[in-house]
Amino acid sequence: MPWSSRPRAKQRWGNRPAQPAAAAAISGLAILFAFVLVLSAFADDKRLTVYSGATSYSLSVREKNGVDYVGLLEILQPLGSASARTDGRTWRLNYNGSDSEFSPGNTRARVQGQILDLPAMFLMENGRGLVPASSLPSLMQRLLRVPINFHEASRRLFIGNAAIHFTAQVNKTNPPTLVMNFTSPVNPMIATEPGKLRMVFTREPLVPPGSQTLTFDSPAIPSATFQENNGAAEIAVSGPVPLFASFSNDGRTITITPAPQATAHVPAPAAQPAVPAPAGSPAPQVSPGAAAAVASTAVQYFVVVDASHGGDERGAALSDQLAEKDVTLAFALRLRQQLQARGLTTLMLREGDTTMSLDQRANMTNAAHPAIYVCLHAASQGSGVRLYTALLPAGAEGRGPFLDWNTAQSGFHTASQTAETSVASELGKRQVAVRSLLAPLRPLNNITTAAVAIEVAPPAGKLAELNSPTYQQLVAESVTAGIEAVRDQLGAKR
Amino acid sequence: MIPRHLMIGIAAMLAVALGMSFYALRMRGRVAQTETPAEYAHPVSAPVQGPTEQVTLYVAYDDPGVLRAQSASIPLPAGRQERAQELLRALLALYLDNSSSHPLGPGAEVRDVYLVDPGLAVIDLNDAFADGHRSGVLVEELTMASLVQTLATGIPGINRVKILVGGRERETLAGHADLSGVYDVAAVSQMVAGLQ
Repeated sequence: MPWSSRPRAKQRWGNRPAQPAAAAAISGLAILFAFVLVLSAFADDKRLTVYSGATSYSLSVREKNGVDYVGLLEILQPLGSASARTDGRTWRLNYNGSDSEFSPGNTRARVQGQILDLPAMFLMENGRGLVPASSLPSLMQRLLRVPINFHEASRRLFIGNAAIHFTAQVNKTNPPTLVMNFTSPVNPMIATEPGKLRMVFTREPLVPPGSQTLTFDSPAIPSATFQENNGAAEIAVSGPVPLFASFSNDGRTITITPAPQATAHVPAPAAQPAVPAPAGSPAPQVSPGAAAAVASTAVQYFVVVDASHGGDERGAALSDQLAEKDVTLAFALRLRQQLQARGLTTLMLREGDTTMSLDQRANMTNAAHPAIYVCLHAASQGSGVRLYTALLPAGAEGRGPFLDWNTAQSGFHTASQTAETSVASELGKRQVAVRSLLAPLRPLNNITTAAVAIEVAPPAGKLAELNSPTYQQLVAESVTAGIEAVRDQLGAKR
Repeated sequence: MIPRHLMIGIAAMLAVALGMSFYALRMRGRVAQTETPAEYAHPVSAPVQGPTEQVTLYVAYDDPGVLRAQSASIPLPAGRQERAQELLRALLALYLDNSSSHPLGPGAEVRDVYLVDPGLAVIDLNDAFADGHRSGVLVEELTMASLVQTLATGIPGINRVKILVGGRERETLAGHADLSGVYDVAAVSQMVAGLQ
């Protein structure tokens, strides 16, 4: 009889066609419910940020009976030696050797031997002691014995003298630049949207300027606003054109400029078609540490020039006095001059002696959507110029719209080789010895556009001439001519 | 007055103490003489057992900046992993020679080679290898290509190579050649073709 069970089962499903539809509907509802749950979880994610001279950190905030609560032990642990124990009726806190007592459901507490009235009841949840967020100024002042400044609406708690101030000023250069100087290094998350560049400071104790809205006498950058919300500070710079942000002075200065395609002084060739960004692409979001962003819907042919190394990272010691980072910067400045002289707009990733990680360089480049990325290196070995395209590592395949970070260049390798061939040809025309090679050289493999690295070695092995203006000029002219020659090919590919 | 037998005892003990001090000083001097000099302090690998075989080493030449295939006869053990180690040690012996075409820093060594997965080889270099390596795109690329290509040619079946330094992952060899990823042997062969 076991054989008969199979057709019977088939028949049962066959006679009830409505059941799969009901199952699908239930599944759909379950997915919708889960989606709503996830959304509501994110919506309720209230944060409180604590800034002290030594550290800054964020904590989640629990809302109970309309009052915001935070875990007291979690706040104190990063600041000193803190522990807690409970017998169910009393929650005892020891902070740096001093005891305090709290009673669940009670507003009165004994803090370091003195009575303190909390604005709402103390709560205990699975052994965690929760205090009302509004009690933090008096409570923390009593525990830490230093001045406390609490921005309650935005849930930002400043301990002692922790504060970063900033100034903002528009320089009326062409294009105009907004220069923001901070009293300590900052590393905000940068996001762009039409008409606005937003910098979100989650870790920095940035304090508001005299006025929440800063106005500038510049049509290109008319204003900036300062806001605080949910444990973070935000500066939003508005402008009628897409804006760039670049870092210098070890993160103490942020310079905001109109994006290259919007700058007035650079002549855009009339015949050059605009290169549209991928349809539906969101405004680029740059991770913390990345130093530039651009929001644009139509990007013209423009070049990112990356002077490799910089700051703490000196690169090769070309001689006793000559570091690779200095040669690459000098050469990059010369190359930018040449590119701009030919009407090719250019973004330099660093213009000073700044330390930047390889990921930052790749992030900045990919966010800017250039037609080509040129990375500059210098060497004392050999002679002439060596051009490199990426040797891609063994990596995962991209999934849908997401590219594997290590092999992101794979779809652009042909474009890179086109540019490399063109530059090699121009160098050859000017009697500069040139070799074209593959190289396992980051961040070439992370770049999502044509990407070429240029290693400049001294002419005929004479190291002293590596930094000579004549030689650098010759190479820069050749590279510029090579990049210009493939304008149509690279532009069309994007 | 101190009894005579006690004085004799004290004198005997003093004589023994003096004698032992003299003996200890002499022994210390001998140890200092026979102590191994610092430059030979690293462990010596066991002598290789196995027949001499003809192998191909991909040797870097800085002057024209190329990689050349070179035959060498070296004793190779039977095990794959041991063979891989000996291949790379033979290659490094060339680079550490005074007349090397591609000198490496003093003390550069291959700590180990692991064949951990079908097709994957992990080369573990010592810290002196990376710390003493010259910096530059081409010079670092030559080293990496030389190691990977020699290993992949000498040990069939290897199609991916990961390089560690001192047992840990490192971002670059000396500021340029990427060590964070896994080298694809087919891609490295393409790179080597350009370097020949």
